[in-house]
Amino acid sequence: MSQSISARTYWIGYQTIVIKEITRILRIWAQTLIPPAITMTLYFVIFGQLIGRRIGEMGGMPYMDFIVPGLIMLTVITNAYGNITSSFFGAKFGKHIEELLISPLPPLLILAGYVTGAVLRALLVGIIVLITASFFSDISIHNLPVTLAVVVLTAIVFALAGFINATFAQKFDDISIIPTFVLQPMTYLGGVFFSIELLPGVWEKIAMANPILYMVNAFRYGMLGVSDVSLAVAFGIIFAFGIVLGTICLTLLQRGTGLRT
Amino acid sequence: MQALEVRSLTKTYKNGVEALKGIDLDVEQGDFFALLGPNGAGKSTLIGIIASLVNASSGETKVFGISVQKQRSQAMAKIGLVPQEINFNQFEQPFDILVNQAGFYGVPRKIARQRAEKYLKQLSLWDKARKMSRTLSGGMKRRLMIARAMVHEPRLLILDEPTAGVDIEIRRSMWQFIEQINRDGTTVILTTHYLEEAENLCRNIAIIDQGRIVENTSVKELLGKLDIETFVLDLGAPVEYAPQVDGMEIELRDSTTLLASLPKSQSLNALFCTLDHDGIQVKSMRNKANRLEELFLRLVDKHDESEASKEHAA
Repeated sequence: MSQSISARTYWIGYQTIVIKEITRILRIWAQTLIPPAITMTLYFVIFGQLIGRRIGEMGGMPYMDFIVPGLIMLTVITNAYGNITSSFFGAKFGKHIEELLISPLPPLLILAGYVTGAVLRALLVGIIVLITASFFSDISIHNLPVTLAVVVLTAIVFALAGFINATFAQKFDDISIIPTFVLQPMTYLGGVFFSIELLPGVWEKIAMANPILYMVNAFRYGMLGVSDVSLAVAFGIIFAFGIVLGTICLTLLQRGTGLRT
Repeated sequence: MQALEVRSLTKTYKNGVEALKGIDLDVEQGDFFALLGPNGAGKSTLIGIIASLVNASSGETKVFGISVQKQRSQAMAKIGLVPQEINFNQFEQPFDILVNQAGFYGVPRKIARQRAEKYLKQLSLWDKARKMSRTLSGGMKRRLMIARAMVHEPRLLILDEPTAGVDIEIRRSMWQFIEQINRDGTTVILTTHYLEEAENLCRNIAIIDQGRIVENTSVKELLGKLDIETFVLDLGAPVEYAPQVDGMEIELRDSTTLLASLPKSQSLNALFCTLDHDGIQVKSMRNKANRLEELFLRLVDKHDESEASKEHAA
């Protein structure tokens, strides 16, 4: 017997996950929205104003202007990753992920719902940092479509990476290891605070192997019109990571890895 | 149409434990069906497979003719599950839990809100609708899970030990609600450790032990197989020993209570003659209520013995 489920049913299901995620983000606003604003204000004051004045110019512009796009991307990456790991692993740990697993929603929509939630938090926090930055720097957008495309796609890539982390995590420690030991060093070394032109020969080549470098530079191009890397290569890398990570996420969900017995 | 068809279902876990060893089971549409078995018999694994939380090793499960393994989404739309363990987000409010659950099944938000109100009211939780769920009592949490399972109005409701640890008053109100749902057309499958509940509520029954169905029949027919009756005798004065009567098993439960088990065909006269002869006064007498429990223990014991003898022969 075949009884198909309507697209409307799936759409309502997807919407519900997104609403649930947004409600969670807003309910715990003191954990999700305020800390990035405080941290970034400190970055702008210490690195941008106090140390930045002594540094002078970076990449042909005042140091404060140079670090604004990098700090926005740093926030977007950590929030997209952190939101999905805490939310999905929390649901797994508290067993309420079973509410979704026994529902008619297919794996693609469950993934899409959680990723949308993570991207929305990343964008919301990104906007808060942008507003904070406007008190310290003259914000201008050189190329709006590129800026938006890079920020949204990067948030999707790191939400997918976070989802994989949450799927395999058995305890809360497991969702903090990757952000602390992998994500944070890669982001800091990904051209947030400096142009890779400063790095000596071999280190410049090593830095070029860091995918975050391409994302930060593509975003910096969108905002300021300058980049250390080719825009086409940056988009190619972002898409490649998105496709590979998305495929892994769907395979894990379909198999029920870490979720179904 | 069958609400549930299970064919040759097996489940072997990664650690080698064979939880299900070839289960065949049918539940008629509209039935109130009991699934009984001792701890570790395979009940929760079977329910997990029906609800797609556990992947079967082999075999097939169909819900209203739709294969859980081949058309998961369509099959899941028909099922409501009340699991054994509390599994809602305890930091959410009952009202939101219900509205979201309805949404996962495609119920538009406006209707979902109306249904959330309806089921919270029916399960006497409306005054807690906007409280944090973790502040609810154990009984309230169980009722919230029933309301959540009903909010998308499934055709098959599966309850895995829903009354565990719930006081008698709340348990009764829960059963009234579930009986009404069943009368309205929802098929109900229930596992419970309170066997008198299964005896009073369910029409059909399956007993599962060590991954196999050892009995699958109507409650009436099953009770008909019970050829031994047990009576509880409350005594007028304390006694020190249980009297001996041919063909009966008499046990001293405490100094003023005797349990007398005898075949249905046997007269009680011999029992009373002996008691009279020994000067034992009987104040009152009643049937032991949980007849199903006796039968259950007997069936499970019999199955355990046959499994042990098979292992011994091997």
